[in-house]
Amino acid sequence: MSVLAYLVAVWLLLVGIYGVVTSRHLVHLVTCLAVAQASTYVLLLAIGYRSGAKAPIFGDIPQSTPVVDPVVQALTLTDVVVSATVSALLLALAVQAHKRFGSVDPDELNALRG
Amino acid sequence: MSRRVRCVLALVALGVLGATLVVAVGDLEPFGQYPGPYGDVLAKVVPGERHTGQLVAATVLDYRGFDTLGEELILFTAACGCVALLRLRRRERSDEPSAPERPAPSLASRALGGALVGPVLVLSAYIVIHGHLTPGGGFSGGVIGAGALLLAYAAGQRVRLRRVGSIAMLEASEAIGAGGFVALALGGLIAVGATLQNFLPLGTSGMLLSAGTLPVGNLAIGIEVAGAVALIVAEFLEQALLEEPSE
Repeated sequence: MSVLAYLVAVWLLLVGIYGVVTSRHLVHLVTCLAVAQASTYVLLLAIGYRSGAKAPIFGDIPQSTPVVDPVVQALTLTDVVVSATVSALLLALAVQAHKRFGSVDPDELNALRG
Repeated sequence: MSRRVRCVLALVALGVLGATLVVAVGDLEPFGQYPGPYGDVLAKVVPGERHTGQLVAATVLDYRGFDTLGEELILFTAACGCVALLRLRRRERSDEPSAPERPAPSLASRALGGALVGPVLVLSAYIVIHGHLTPGGGFSGGVIGAGALLLAYAAGQRVRLRRVGSIAMLEASEAIGAGGFVALALGGLIAVGATLQNFLPLGTSGMLLSAGTLPVGNLAIGIEVAGAVALIVAEFLEQALLEEPSE
């Protein structure tokens, strides 16, 4: 059980990439990419987790309480924001691709480009 | 490359990648036994140095504030990119047939959406300004604030953003927020000699006005995130609505 959280991260990465490779729709592709990116959140938070520890906010708890690592949580926050901006940009590109090629199937875009 | 060949190749590659990763995670510390030391160091020094118990906010805005600065500018650039891409699209639209009328939303979604816009904005402001005391901060609060725009859309308000100059306001708030955070970083450089170093009075831990630059940073980020997300959402909504000719 001690590696289950890490294996979840690996699984998310693999299914996300598989979805990207086999996608037939650009919006579906962007969603699959978001799934693959979610694996990094799980991995980061799992690394910083400490059994029985509290959230790293000393409001109501004494400062000697063991807390989970705030550094990986800050990294995850950065990660979430970057992931969201990447999705937004890719969706805007998908709108443009649909306009230009009249299709949202990545395979057809390829055929039309030449 | 045919689809079939591509899928087979991808499965082989993913199998290799997956096997490598599974072997790799076997060597990580077992789940739940984080060995430190960075989190422990922060837990020791933050309350004394920053007069706050919110370790994540202190990490995001001070100890790893440089990451946040980069992230902030990524968000800013991405919002600009989205706007550039989608406005290009809009200019091309003049020769298209007009889009079908959008069906009117139900009474329930109009009433609930309209009633929630105000409380959601208040919640967003609360989360932003208490970011150095409780969970939350500029990013989460900003996104919630941008959600108010979506609620207004769900409530069926005709999103005449260009006409009333709201787009210009969103762009300005995005720029002011991003510029504000950069100014905060430079302020530390000028006042005390290091980027993002605290240069404001630290106050009493637990008070609303405490922790020096943290609440100011949260406010700048909140304004920027709310502006950027709302701008992106508004541009996509204009694509979806297609009910007004450009300009």
